[in-house]
Amino acid sequence: MDVPVYRGKFGEREAARLLWRAGFGPKPGEAAKLARRFNLNGAVHALTRPKGKQRLGGPAPVDEDGLPLAPFDAYGHDQLWWLDRMVRTNQPLRERMALIWHDWFATADVNSQKFSIEQAQLFERLWMGPFDKLLLDVTVNPAMLVWLSGIDNHRRAPNENYARELMELFTLGASDAKGYPYSEDDVREQARALTGWTADYQDDVGLVNFRLDPKRHDTTPKTIFGQTGAFDWTDSCRLCVKHSAHKTFFIEKLWSYFIPVPPSPKTRKALERLYVKRGYAVRPVVEAILMHPAFYRGPAMVKPPIVYIAGLLRARRRGIESDWSWMADMAGQRLFRPPNVSGWNDARWLDTSTFRGRWTAANEVAGYDAIDDEASYSATETPKAAVRKAVKFWGNPPLSRQTIKTLERYAGAVGAAATADWQQDTFRLLRQNALRMLVATCPEMQAS
Amino acid sequence: MGCNHCEEFSRSHLMRRAAAEAGRGLPSIEPGMPPPAGTGLNRRSFMLRSSAAILSVYGASKLSFAGFEEGIAQAAGGNDRVLVSIFLDGGVDSLSVLSPTTDPIYRSMRPTLALAEGTGTPFAEDPSLRWNPAAASFDALHRAGKMSVLPGVGYDSPDQSHFTSRHYWEVGALRPNEVTGWMGRLIDTIGTPDNPLQGLSLDGSLSPALATGSLPVAALSGPSYDLWVKNVWGQPEELMYGAVGELGRAAARTKDAGMKTAGGAAAQAMALKAQLQPFSGEEIVPPVPYPEGEGEWFGESLSALAAMLHAGLPIRCAALSAPGGFDTHDNQAESFDTDIRVATESIAAFQADLEARGLADRVITLVWSEFGRRPEENDSGTDHGAGGSAFVLGTQVRGQMIGEFPGLAQLDADDNLRATSDFRGLYCSIIEQWFGVDAAAVIPDAGAFGRAALIG
Repeated sequence: MDVPVYRGKFGEREAARLLWRAGFGPKPGEAAKLARRFNLNGAVHALTRPKGKQRLGGPAPVDEDGLPLAPFDAYGHDQLWWLDRMVRTNQPLRERMALIWHDWFATADVNSQKFSIEQAQLFERLWMGPFDKLLLDVTVNPAMLVWLSGIDNHRRAPNENYARELMELFTLGASDAKGYPYSEDDVREQARALTGWTADYQDDVGLVNFRLDPKRHDTTPKTIFGQTGAFDWTDSCRLCVKHSAHKTFFIEKLWSYFIPVPPSPKTRKALERLYVKRGYAVRPVVEAILMHPAFYRGPAMVKPPIVYIAGLLRARRRGIESDWSWMADMAGQRLFRPPNVSGWNDARWLDTSTFRGRWTAANEVAGYDAIDDEASYSATETPKAAVRKAVKFWGNPPLSRQTIKTLERYAGAVGAAATADWQQDTFRLLRQNALRMLVATCPEMQAS
Repeated sequence: MGCNHCEEFSRSHLMRRAAAEAGRGLPSIEPGMPPPAGTGLNRRSFMLRSSAAILSVYGASKLSFAGFEEGIAQAAGGNDRVLVSIFLDGGVDSLSVLSPTTDPIYRSMRPTLALAEGTGTPFAEDPSLRWNPAAASFDALHRAGKMSVLPGVGYDSPDQSHFTSRHYWEVGALRPNEVTGWMGRLIDTIGTPDNPLQGLSLDGSLSPALATGSLPVAALSGPSYDLWVKNVWGQPEELMYGAVGELGRAAARTKDAGMKTAGGAAAQAMALKAQLQPFSGEEIVPPVPYPEGEGEWFGESLSALAAMLHAGLPIRCAALSAPGGFDTHDNQAESFDTDIRVATESIAAFQADLEARGLADRVITLVWSEFGRRPEENDSGTDHGAGGSAFVLGTQVRGQMIGEFPGLAQLDADDNLRATSDFRGLYCSIIEQWFGVDAAAVIPDAGAFGRAALIG
């Protein structure tokens, strides 16, 4: 059986959802244009098979003092470096997949912004896998070798940190009703297979010269998943990908980044077959997920905080000019700082605390172009006109009639509250600034 | 695709199939409120506000704000007993808290990490063990008879995943799919339907150990709930917050799970904002000093908790995490002492605070971690292990060792420390001896675990 394909209408609303979930939201007019130019297949392929090199368009990033970024050196600029790419890229799915891999192989502070950035670049490069290749590269990526103790894994003192997470979080999953897909012995044997990586410490530079040192590698036979051999780190990765539990783990996990309801068993199995048949390639699986009926018919999905922030900037065609690090943190997602090795908790993106972070972020973006409260403004602008203007401010995102009505009711209430002469224009000016915030923070902008 | 229950499918759920499902099972979050001024509850509400608190109430859909006030009023000045649970995240290396410094096996297994012979003070109940000098404040508590030590706590067939083992401790059972926490079920047994403060998380989000089946509990974080918008003020601003809430409530009423979540958060945020508005913040001045510097927020949380208890807030179980990361796979020597010092000194300060405030006879504190670490070091750190240590402190605590140090001569099948006491037995002892209820109502298979003489 093939994976089911969505056969319904592919209009602006569907295009907007696609651009939010497979990227960082539309720039003004982009969703309408995508729906006009392409059918579903064409729209998905425009994202999954971009032509040419990635380009960054729009204003170059600066810090809050207007100076160029120093991504390797200045505190927080590593995060700004990546957020900028999310905002300005012409290949948004490439950056979105990189963000997915960052969550999947969640690596936090490794005391080197260079290593963090280089890992993100690895994710950008291998955004569409194949997964077996990605896994190999991540395993010996310097940030990962530091983060999960790969360089502390010596044949005389095996360190199990990477071995365990490789199986539990990256390839096979924790125990289910049938128990763990691997044993504690497998953890230890994997750790031995993974021994040998090391690096040198250089004063004023830090860790350099990451390499496999044969003297540190345990060459004796290991038994992993019941197979015995003188396995090394490449075998370690290969055995995980070939393990019978991997394909289900992979499909369920990848699916969860795009669709907030589980795949039916039939869909899941069809995706598993596709994944294995195509040699662990990621692109065909992503394409099938992006064309699946559940993607368009199912419930809205809360946007990850960093996606929400990047999307607001895209909608305003603004670049990086603020210190987003603390605001992203407040909203619950600081890049290069996942809470732990299992990544961010996507079931808890929104609560009263993180709502305040999103509010702060929206105020920052809206604030760049907030109308000065001393400026002159219409004293007669109608509620409908005010709402239209505020929605247009964010590139006309598709909002429900109910939301529009609530906004108009608010606008009407402010108009009615303007009793004194001086309030007629001033309240309408303040109302416009407020309406922009109401649009930016409304539930339809928080989830897509 | 019949299933539209968004909550039942998230990556975190997937990743932690067996773990922290208590989080998945949580009832929806609702904003709580300190009672408004002029209700005769000013002092308590003031304390809530001044504890730098944002309060979120979980599972209180039937709880009116009036009911919330009543719940607090009824328990005003209450003498109810309280349990504080402090989690040391990552798996504390118990052999670096209480070390068998003269054991040659220890010295050979820990060539770089062993506590030097002669350092630290002997553990009064087992002189073969010595306290890490960084945990000296625990030694003092123990010598004063205020701390029971469990030097080998764990469970059979230990799981070495952080998430799974922590989950077991949180739910009080070796049940991967259990959705309520052990303290949550205790609150379901001893609590009331109108008091969300009876189970209080101080980590901002709800501790899975406090997830109840039916009764409301709450989570706090700080430091204030101010929102602002550039160039919006006066009536347009006030009306705007009303509109945010209205948009949120409308979305929360739809059938779409994502919209419900997004709308619910907005509506809760606005309710919270309105409710906290009448109160002005003021600093808490604790009667005793707490450690300053790195991790001082932990002491601040504990001092806020002491102040809230002092104000008569009806808290029964509170949960929070200590600072620091105890998952010391590498460079353990560089972080461990600092982290354990901050944790133990802050906890000791909390105990002194409770005593100075006259609350000490009704509060006990449990300090725990998801597992201990592998006795044999891995060069610069230690890997995940099994048997670990836990501590129970308070003036009413008997101060007698529970279980014994398992020793290094005989390890378990995975070369880890054996467990000489079971955490579920400890929970049963707390439930029965401190709260006076039958543990069978809270801990599955409660009869299977030995009880320790913990209180009195």
